Amino acid sequence: MKNWLSPKSMTGIALIAIALIVLPHVVGMGGQAWVRILNFAILYVFLALGLNIVVGFAGLLDLGYIAFYAVGAYCWALLASPHFGLHFPVWAILPIGALMACVFGVLLGSPTLKLRGDYLAIVTLGFGEIIRIFLNNLNSPVNITNGPQGITLIDPVKIGDFSFAGTSQVFGMTMTGPEKYYYLLVALALLVIIINVRLQHSRIGRAWQAIREDEIAAKAVGINTRNIKLLAFAMGASFGGIAGGIFSAMQGFVSPESFSLIESIMVLAMVVLGGMGHIPGVILGAVLLTFLPEVLRYAVTPVQMALFGKILVDPESLRMLVFGLALVLVMRFKPAGLWPSPERSRELSEKPVEAVK
Amino acid sequence: MDIFLQQIINGLVQGSIYALVALGYTMVYGIMGLINFAHGEVVMIGALISITVTSTLAAAGMPLGLAGLFGLVAAMLTCMALGWSLERIAYRPLRGSPRLTPLITAIGMSIVLQNLAMIFWGRNYMTFPPLLPKVNFEFAGTHFTLVQVVIVLLSAALMAGLVFLVYRTKLGMAMRATAQNPAVASLMGVNINRVIASAFVIGSALAAVAGVMVGSYYEIAHYQMGFMLGLKAFTAAVLGGIGNLAGAMAGGILLGIIEALGAGYIGDFTGGFLGSHYQDIFAFIVLIVVLMFKPSGLFGEKTGDRA
Amino acid sequence: MQAKLSVVALSVAAAFALSACGQKDAPAPVAAPAAPEAKPEIVVKLGHVAPMTGPQAHLGKDNESGALLAVEELNAQGLEIGGAKVKFQLVSEDDQADPKQGTIVAQKLIDAKVNGVVGHLNSGTTIPASKLYFDAGLPQVSPSATNPKYTQQGFKTAFRVMANDIQQGKVLGEFAAKQGVKTVAIIDDRTAYGQGLADEFRKAAEAAGLKVVANEYTNDKATDFKAILTKIKSTKAELVFYGGMDAQGGPLVKQMKDLGIKAKFLGGDGVCTPEFMKLGGPAADGEYCSLPGVPLEQLAKGPEFKSKFEAKFGYQIQLYAPNAYDAVMVIADSMKRAGSVEPAAYLPEIAKTKLEGVSGNIEFDQFGDLTSGAITVYQYQGGALNYVETLGGAPAAPAAPVEEKK
Repeated sequence: MKNWLSPKSMTGIALIAIALIVLPHVVGMGGQAWVRILNFAILYVFLALGLNIVVGFAGLLDLGYIAFYAVGAYCWALLASPHFGLHFPVWAILPIGALMACVFGVLLGSPTLKLRGDYLAIVTLGFGEIIRIFLNNLNSPVNITNGPQGITLIDPVKIGDFSFAGTSQVFGMTMTGPEKYYYLLVALALLVIIINVRLQHSRIGRAWQAIREDEIAAKAVGINTRNIKLLAFAMGASFGGIAGGIFSAMQGFVSPESFSLIESIMVLAMVVLGGMGHIPGVILGAVLLTFLPEVLRYAVTPVQMALFGKILVDPESLRMLVFGLALVLVMRFKPAGLWPSPERSRELSEKPVEAVK
Repeated sequence: MDIFLQQIINGLVQGSIYALVALGYTMVYGIMGLINFAHGEVVMIGALISITVTSTLAAAGMPLGLAGLFGLVAAMLTCMALGWSLERIAYRPLRGSPRLTPLITAIGMSIVLQNLAMIFWGRNYMTFPPLLPKVNFEFAGTHFTLVQVVIVLLSAALMAGLVFLVYRTKLGMAMRATAQNPAVASLMGVNINRVIASAFVIGSALAAVAGVMVGSYYEIAHYQMGFMLGLKAFTAAVLGGIGNLAGAMAGGILLGIIEALGAGYIGDFTGGFLGSHYQDIFAFIVLIVVLMFKPSGLFGEKTGDRA
Repeated sequence: MQAKLSVVALSVAAAFALSACGQKDAPAPVAAPAAPEAKPEIVVKLGHVAPMTGPQAHLGKDNESGALLAVEELNAQGLEIGGAKVKFQLVSEDDQADPKQGTIVAQKLIDAKVNGVVGHLNSGTTIPASKLYFDAGLPQVSPSATNPKYTQQGFKTAFRVMANDIQQGKVLGEFAAKQGVKTVAIIDDRTAYGQGLADEFRKAAEAAGLKVVANEYTNDKATDFKAILTKIKSTKAELVFYGGMDAQGGPLVKQMKDLGIKAKFLGGDGVCTPEFMKLGGPAADGEYCSLPGVPLEQLAKGPEFKSKFEAKFGYQIQLYAPNAYDAVMVIADSMKRAGSVEPAAYLPEIAKTKLEGVSGNIEFDQFGDLTSGAITVYQYQGGALNYVETLGGAPAAPAAPVEEKK
């Protein structure tokens, strides 16, 4: 961290920056759909990083994380659409969404503080379902969420007169909607990553780690485990809330069916597959799991045609099959994830560990 | 009153099925502390296998009752093999890895099984041949069918059998020993691998029976039928105290009755503000409330740092 | 295969063939009028989107088959648009009934420069996708998204060839009132479709003087309905209306009978399927459901379509295949009249569509909804749907006025 400004790391940063800037244009050669998928990937990076705080840092298994995403999405949808006739500016809604998600995080966190492991998992799962069912049903007696019909015509992200939807000229360059969102998302993602890295190495981060390793010991050394756990839920939830807001704006439409249990499981799979508690690993997991099904979608048909001369199995079912198998195989051969943190892979390796310098 | 009684019957039947599936979760969890997320899919495979076998045999001229019996046996055998291979392929190599790892494998297996089933059996809902004659009973204004009676009785019998197995046989003793302390149990000459495998096999056989019961009760089966059922059964197991056989049974039946009464009466209690659209919430709310006061479920013992 | 073309379409096509040179973006500038023999071939890509995986996959496949049949017929006709021979090609995508996939797939079709879109199947994916198509100026004709909001967003690219939930719910409410019942119970599955339909039914039923004695709910994954049905039994409702799909409706009607409920059952198009009758078995007999449009048998092209479909794909039409077929035909017909396959050129023509489709007469109002919105009520009888009556909208059109063999 100290030598951030050394020439070597500066070149590294510059290279990454250039790669990030060029990426949508490279990917976009295959069509704007890929930029859109890229955007969803970054959105999932958001979610995975948020969940990583809860699961990876603090070791609290949360199966209902998508609820916070839903809260953020509905916050945006209600505050910036014709549904209530409100059109708040972005700098107001995003913090409100994050705050609301944060409140819900604490709401979920407080009754579950005493629970551990699998009990926590099922309660959080239930919480996620409760939120979704409420969103789905709060159209009567008072219409708040418009029920299963969802909310349409949600405002895109707008800064002043500059809208992120549709194609427009930026600095003399033609940029499509997905490309503009990409840059916005990358900027936000970088911010989230920096916050995450700083958190991990802070007092709070170490406290989370202590709770993860041994809660009783953590309490004994004077960590206020209740507050620190609640903080993990709150922080994780607010990242989910921000992601939800952007999702809402990008889609222009939200309905409760976007926030089903399988989404929570997907995000958890990203965190675990990538490498719990290790920020680069989690990012990798999110990007990989967003792209894998899409790549398979393209690959399955041609491969079958080449092998058998006809399509034996629907590409769609095979795609999910391969996805499931990938989860099993990665866990089997790299149980700490694809890119685990160094400490964790040391813990798992069976060879005696040399003392850390 | 007859309506109330009817709701209790509805809940009891549904709850018996939950309980039977919950036993599979709780057995595996009790012994090795693992949520076998793919257990619901085993139920589904059981239902689909029995449909295929039963209707093939029935089409070949065998009497439906006998064909159904063959279907049930085939489903049980297939599911036992499936349970055994699940443990071998997906869970055994992962023993001793971080807690979440086998959970993800289980989710992966669940996806794999669902999609395999879809490739084999297609996407459409399948109708289950009526294994039992359609007999309707009427009692004190309530209606129930022969299938419902059989489901409740059969579940009770199977649960009793399982309790006998766990508390009265050598294998059961080995299971309990493994659950308490695998290392010590293995020092005492218990073959841990075999015990765990048998827990999977027995749980899967129960799942197969549950699958056939669900199938013949609703007369439909589908490659996605296992997921929600598994989730509810898992909730039931946690409600009763996961790892505890009696708890799973009580949790299952309780959950069934809570759902039925919730759907039936919540609207009246809240003046129409909440209705049966919140049906799926009651189970979770009861669960959360119970766990707030009894963090290891209704019948769960203190497992210390285990859970 | 016998190729038929209505006179109107033919003459319009001929008229526009002459003006083809004025057309800007034709991919084949070797204009036809000069050398009619050397016809260049344009490939017209039509996007089709429906869930091909998941619980509604059978409906997705059904839609795709309908659209495919239309495309093959159009190709067999050797259609000419703007003087060039046109070959239609269906680009099929799976949106998994997931709104997020819905927009990705929509973007994919826009990237693939398709000339028009047939889809999506579900309202939940159709609505978010419609914004993308609108921004891209791409005409979208949904065969089966019935949520009124889809066309109320003010997107001039959005059309549907099916009556929406308002139209259908209203007709069903009026039909219920005519059945001599006084009290109804309403169940919906809390999906956009089921809830929308049930709400409209409720309004219409109350307006017609019926008393709604119970509002109950289930979900689109449920298999057990005994609890809510028991509740309904206690209210002594004389008719149970279900807003939802066949996979739940079939077991639901069965469980009604198991509980000894004597009330009639009525449902919308989601349960008016062979699947429903398969799952409901004898319990479905004598109950009612409705389908948008006019029965295939009563339309000039209907029986022909049905037999062609079954001959080609080897299974019965599930639900919306005729609408998907018509959606393709609407697009092709508008292209013919516009003499162009370019979205910008033929989009205005869609709004002026006057087509006699296999699912009924197709004309659009200013929102892109069907003006007629005829709804037909059927009764289940021994595994078949028996025609009861056609309500709402314009009466069934007589057979096509003039037809010419080609």
